[in-house]
Amino acid sequence: MTAGGDPARITKRSLGRRFVTRPEVGSLVGAIAVFALFFAVAMPFRELDSLSTVLYASSTIGIMAVGVSLLMIGGEFDLSAGVGVITSALAAGMFAYELSLNVWVGAGLALMLSLGIGFLNGYMVVKTKLPSFLITLSMFLMLQGLNLAVTRTVTGSVASPPISDMDGFASAQKVFSSTFTVGGVSVQLTVLWWILFVALATWVLLRTKVGNWIYAAGGNADAARAVGVPVNYTKIGLFMTVGFMAWFVGMHNLFRFNTVQSGEGVGQELIYIAAAVIGGCALMGGWGTAIGAAIGALILGMAQQGVVYAGWNPDLFMFFIGATLLIAVVLNLWVRTRAHRR
Amino acid sequence: MTTTIEASAPILELTDVGKSFGNIHALRDVSLSVRAGEVTCILGDNGAGKSTLIKIISGLYKHDTGTYHVAGKPMNCSSPRDALDCGIATVYQDLALVPLLPVWRNFFLGSELTIGPWPFRRLDVAAMRRIADEELQKMGIHVPDIDQPVGTLSGGQRQVVAIARAIHFGAKVLILDEPTAALGVKQSGVVLKYISAARDAGLGVIFITHNPHHAYLVGDHFVILRQGMLDLSSPRAELTLDDLTHHMAGGAELEALKHELQRIDVPDLGAVHDAQEKENA
Ligand SMILES: Nc1ncnc2c1ncn2[C@@H]1O[C@H](COP(=O)(O)OP(=O)(O)OP(=O)(O)O)[C@@H](O)[C@H]1O
Ligand SMILES: [Mg+2]
Repeated sequence: MTAGGDPARITKRSLGRRFVTRPEVGSLVGAIAVFALFFAVAMPFRELDSLSTVLYASSTIGIMAVGVSLLMIGGEFDLSAGVGVITSALAAGMFAYELSLNVWVGAGLALMLSLGIGFLNGYMVVKTKLPSFLITLSMFLMLQGLNLAVTRTVTGSVASPPISDMDGFASAQKVFSSTFTVGGVSVQLTVLWWILFVALATWVLLRTKVGNWIYAAGGNADAARAVGVPVNYTKIGLFMTVGFMAWFVGMHNLFRFNTVQSGEGVGQELIYIAAAVIGGCALMGGWGTAIGAAIGALILGMAQQGVVYAGWNPDLFMFFIGATLLIAVVLNLWVRTRAHRR
Repeated sequence: MTTTIEASAPILELTDVGKSFGNIHALRDVSLSVRAGEVTCILGDNGAGKSTLIKIISGLYKHDTGTYHVAGKPMNCSSPRDALDCGIATVYQDLALVPLLPVWRNFFLGSELTIGPWPFRRLDVAAMRRIADEELQKMGIHVPDIDQPVGTLSGGQRQVVAIARAIHFGAKVLILDEPTAALGVKQSGVVLKYISAARDAGLGVIFITHNPHHAYLVGDHFVILRQGMLDLSSPRAELTLDDLTHHMAGGAELEALKHELQRIDVPDLGAVHDAQEKENA
């Protein structure tokens, strides 16, 4: 039969190789290595409390990385994701305070705003067909300016007004920023939210139509269009998902710290992208998993706290991320060429 | 066979269709009908307007002049999705499949099977894998692993996956844009075999190619475009392969070219040769 492969070739794609070419396997090995490193050099890292702190740090990166990785698999970037978190938190705080609303109403308005920003990003990307890098870079700069300017105009300071004594604060704090205790260790609720979002994203990616469309939109948008996949809606939806996650993390920041600094968030977008890439998502789209991005976030969380526990200069955190990213992309490249080889 | 009745009524009918881009007339007065159970070959040089014609047929472009009817009704599809719903499937050379997606996901892309009520509606993975495998077996291709990325299949296998997919989803008209252009002899043979399989399954096939030999192997009707106009439209019975090759190459133009080449050939090369030898010395 001419169209079939001959049996000798078929056996080549062994189970072992299929495992190795899974997007998240490289990052899992990386995570174990990073854990082992800090376990060896940093005494405090070995304690259970530290694990909880590491998980918390990972969760705030990881929740955003869920949205950012889905978007990246769909073939796009969002550079405005970092400041978008702060925009959402500032908006919720200021809406609630200035209009004397229940904080839940403020949070609701902020959600509209975040989804709106995501929609605008997505709409401009699919309409102009410009690279999302350019569109969201513009959005990033505009939001950065607006965060500072609007906060100063409205509150006369560089931070959002304190809202801890307002209606609904206690219940909002329960949802977005409470802790629970497991085995005597107190853990932030964001860790559970993170796990929930990762599970949901994994289910959507692997087991729903939309997941199929996300991979196709990033893998070959023209082919997807030609067989009737609504590529534009898919991409706009992905930008709005990033908006939703930005809102969620923004609400966590707001209800944990009661007030938010308007200049924060800059540079975080690259941390989220780094988490997704370290987790095996292809920069050009079409390849990756939400679990991979979660492992990427875990690596960054361990690095962030590990550098502190090890007593190193905290500035080394960025160096560490850079080195990890470099190793990850080289590893990804190697895996991808292996996967493509017949 | 019932095809005699079907064959008399064309599924697609274009009459005096024209399309311009600015002041370029990409197509002028092109008439074409496509019948079920027939392979219509569209041939022509680069820039003759083949791609423009199939983009009109598949609903990507709107024609400027003339009429276009699908099953007797005016065509008003404006997207590939609409066209698919009208039963017109197009397999493009490069943009048919997503390389990194597994075979079965590609097969059902855009027409996924689902089970369960809404918030829990999910892909019917088991059914999709089974059907994709069955359909490909039916076409006689044995993909080693239905989970392997399509990008790891050969060019011919990929074309066949795309064709099998179109047939499975009830296409009445299958448009193939140069499916054999990048393929070797053996692989082309595979694709040609499935083109005739699609025809035997009762589809109207539009086969775009540069290669008169490929066209003549499977074609029932031949259309040659030249500079946006019909140069030839003829059933197989009225044509030999030589006629087709002759027409395709531009007939008289080819004769002239042949003469010209014969004249310049020897002396010119000789001159180049001499010059080179002088340089080397
Ligand atoms: N979108 C467009 N805008 C302007 N001119 C176009 C456009 N599409 C096609 N044309 C012109 O129309 C003519 C026919 O092009 P078309 O792509 O249909 O040729 P073709 O027969 O498919 O050629 P090839 O064999 O190279 O694929 C060409 O002169 C081309 O430059
Ligand atoms: Mg063409």
